[in-house]
Amino acid sequence: MSAIEGLETAHHHADEHDHHHEAQSFWQKYIFCEDHKVIAKQYLITGILWAVIGITMSVIFRIQLGLPDSNLSWLKPVLGGWISDAGKLDPNFYLALVTMHGTIMVFFVLTAGLSGTFSNFLIPLQIGARDMASGFMNMLSYWFFFLASVIMFASLFLQQGPAAGGWVIYPPLSALPQAHPGSGMGMTLWLASMAFFIVSQLLGGINYITTVINLRTRGMSFDRLPLTIWSFLITAVLGLISFPVLLSSVLLLIFDRHFGTSFYLSDIYINGEALPNVGGSPILFQHLFWFLGHPEVYIVLLPALGITSEVIATNSRKPIFGYRAMIASMLGIAFLAFIVWAHHMFVTGMNPFLGSVFMFLTLIIAVPSAVKGFNYITTLWKGNIVFTPGMLFSIGLVSLFVSGGLTGIILGNSALDIQLHDTYFVVAHFHLVMGAASAFGLFAGVYHWFPKMFGRMMNTSLGQAHFWLTFIGIYLVFIPMHYVGIAGFPRRYYQFTSYDFTHKFMDMNMFISIAAIFTFLAQFIFLWNFFYSIFKGRKAPQNPWRSNTLEWTAPIIPGHGNWEGEIPAVYRWSYDYSKPGAKEDFIPQNIPYSQTPESNFPHENELIATEKVIESQNFNDQFKTHH
Amino acid sequence: MYIIIALVALVFIVLTGVVISRLQGVLKSINKTDSEEVETSGNKFNGAMFIVILIGGAVSITWSYLHAREFFLPEASSIHGRRTDDLFWFSMGILTIPFIIVNFLVFFFAWKYQHKKGHRATFYPENHKLELIWTIIPAIVMALLVFTGWKAWSDITAEAPRDAEVIEITGKQFNWIARYGGVDNNKLGDYNYKLIDAQNEVGIDLSDENSFDDFTNPSEMHIPVGRPVLLKIRARDVLHSVFIPHMRVKMDAVPGMPTKFWFVPDKTTADMRAETGNPKFDYEIACTEVCGQGHFSMKMRLIVDDEATYKKWVSEQATFLSTYPEYLAKVPENLKAKAMKYVPAEAATPAADTSATSAGGAGASSSLR
Repeated sequence: MSAIEGLETAHHHADEHDHHHEAQSFWQKYIFCEDHKVIAKQYLITGILWAVIGITMSVIFRIQLGLPDSNLSWLKPVLGGWISDAGKLDPNFYLALVTMHGTIMVFFVLTAGLSGTFSNFLIPLQIGARDMASGFMNMLSYWFFFLASVIMFASLFLQQGPAAGGWVIYPPLSALPQAHPGSGMGMTLWLASMAFFIVSQLLGGINYITTVINLRTRGMSFDRLPLTIWSFLITAVLGLISFPVLLSSVLLLIFDRHFGTSFYLSDIYINGEALPNVGGSPILFQHLFWFLGHPEVYIVLLPALGITSEVIATNSRKPIFGYRAMIASMLGIAFLAFIVWAHHMFVTGMNPFLGSVFMFLTLIIAVPSAVKGFNYITTLWKGNIVFTPGMLFSIGLVSLFVSGGLTGIILGNSALDIQLHDTYFVVAHFHLVMGAASAFGLFAGVYHWFPKMFGRMMNTSLGQAHFWLTFIGIYLVFIPMHYVGIAGFPRRYYQFTSYDFTHKFMDMNMFISIAAIFTFLAQFIFLWNFFYSIFKGRKAPQNPWRSNTLEWTAPIIPGHGNWEGEIPAVYRWSYDYSKPGAKEDFIPQNIPYSQTPESNFPHENELIATEKVIESQNFNDQFKTHH
Repeated sequence: MYIIIALVALVFIVLTGVVISRLQGVLKSINKTDSEEVETSGNKFNGAMFIVILIGGAVSITWSYLHAREFFLPEASSIHGRRTDDLFWFSMGILTIPFIIVNFLVFFFAWKYQHKKGHRATFYPENHKLELIWTIIPAIVMALLVFTGWKAWSDITAEAPRDAEVIEITGKQFNWIARYGGVDNNKLGDYNYKLIDAQNEVGIDLSDENSFDDFTNPSEMHIPVGRPVLLKIRARDVLHSVFIPHMRVKMDAVPGMPTKFWFVPDKTTADMRAETGNPKFDYEIACTEVCGQGHFSMKMRLIVDDEATYKKWVSEQATFLSTYPEYLAKVPENLKAKAMKYVPAEAATPAADTSATSAGGAGASSSLR
């Protein structure tokens, strides 16, 4: 903490001109804080809490699916009436569990927890900015997320249960309270929560984009940005374009539910009553939902890929292979993400011609994804790999991303999707490629930047143990799940006893469930390591991973404004690892070429002339008094 | 099977043990490293683990696949189903190659290039030729897969042949209802969701004369073997999805937007019973779009008959009007005479129902198709 205080006094004099610095109260410092680092930690810890809830839910329904004979009475103290007297899970609550698991993991953990944490934490630190463009909006962003969280959390305690129509909340099921208990108050709260969540994402996204464009330090041109920042920028653009569409679809659904409109409803007879609604289309909702829903996959995944790029380069002690190709492939993925949404809808009755178009566009995505995969592998090639936990999770991510991505080529093929749609094959596919891969990105990021966040180190061995158990566990869960899918098992089934064709494979489902419980238990290693290390971890050195990026030039615990004195200028890209001729195997971005004549390439020697210009630039530093 | 689980559990336990014992060693040495040097604790162990996982993973995936195969669905019972199955396994075969290559390289490189003291990584930031190669190769493979998939897709979703047997299937919470064009004209009558009530479950519109001989069945669907069957799919309340796993058929049922799917079943239920050696085998129709509490049990039996049996079955069905003669009141005056044919002679005496129906049915069978 002393570093913060030191920093603050240091700045006191410099700041007088601009604004008055008063000692911040506890509330200003940790709760309604405008400092991007604190907001990042708020996002992270909220995300972790949500992850615990979301994953616990998955374990409960995995018990139901894999061990259907088990007596769940021991859950009665928590779940109360949702467990029958015979110790069985309520079928409605089963649907609520899968719905909330999906919602929580996709939006609250992997969108807010991943992108919210690392965009906030790394953008200012890696581009060399004092803070986000608008600290206030940034704070609002978190508190809107918090509000959304509170509402969603409250919905778990409703008598009728939370929303339960699947995380995609397709109407009419979600629009008609009489169709399902989960479509009552639970759905109302779900929609309200999501509306606030979207507001939060938009506030955050605008901030990320503005900050990256406007607040880069001297010399930090776009082609010197670390790939993390590129990925956060692209993610924010994706979110900014697609989340409003979800908001509108949510609003129209609210209208249908409460104000008698017929956007999604037509020709419905339910509970002995023909509803007056005509002319609406449930398919319209699906188009709107997936127009967000598909980019959302990449909103979740791209930050993980960005983090991985950074961590793999640092710990392979090699420049990332194909820096420009990596950016191009991310841009390509981002662009394509907007024009593939209907591959979720091949069998909804949509015009088959559209299906052909979307199949074609979908399979193109495999190309930039393949480029990324190969570039990671080439980065590992002839490296000098240090297996930090962050690195292990990044390597794991590459494996999961490719293994899960390949089955996407099957599912993107509309002819094959006929059979596989809404079976466990799909579940296995997206859990590997977007669920587990993104979670691995989150873990990699936490392990890698923990020293910067908390000034302490996480325990390496526990991290490694966590990695191996999780990595093996994930594959044990999801590889067999493909078999279950090929056998035709539909998803969101409370039990598999109603049909002859699902009345088999019981041991495979049991195996998956046991592996899931095992993986779940392994996460407690992380939880313990994380919370213990915050308080008791070994003190972090200045640059624990010997990394090039700018955040490691800031004080070990950066205070308000991140750098004491002037913000460092940037003279080179962030991937000068193991440069031939260099003394060390890394050259941070703030080292000018003029100081490293022994390792400069000819074209870099030419850049020495520009260094004076970069140095004399002076912009974007709110702490500077003389303009 | 418990043996396998026990085995896996054993592996976990051993693994956990190994990891913990490693930990002990590392924890002791933790305080020593405080310098700016790169920390490489556990590097050898982690590198070796990648090789262990590589070999272990290859063995267990191969074994589990061979084990799981017997539980997969039997060979498709429809013509397009065998085509998509072939395409599926062909694509899987192709995709296994990059799956193996990539995972091998990732794990092998991780082990091979693990940190060595005094060693320095190769500065190798780009190689345009290489990048071009691995952009183009996936693109070509994709083009191939897209093309085969697109051909199959456009054939499957093409207009149904004219001679297709048209059957309506309506999803509701929580069962399916099949409706047939009828014992006589084999044309489905109109429907209107506002006409739905407790008896008239799919809203048959009795002002359309085609509907007079329609009949419904809420528990099983019969289809003829060897010729196209066109399912006209409707939903009454929320989204449902018709899924016939053995036929590789799936199409959503959407309220307000009729959908369709046609296919050619070419194995009768009897054929399948012989083929699978399971005398109780039955085709099933399931729901694959979450629709509420009973989603997991929206089962309908599907029976594929040979042509003669199918025709006989159709001719024996009681038309909707004969089951519920009171709906005669909904028939417009000018069509009453026509409708009377499908109503038991003495509507007031329920005993007459069956005889009247079978008589009507016998007459109908000759005119069917």
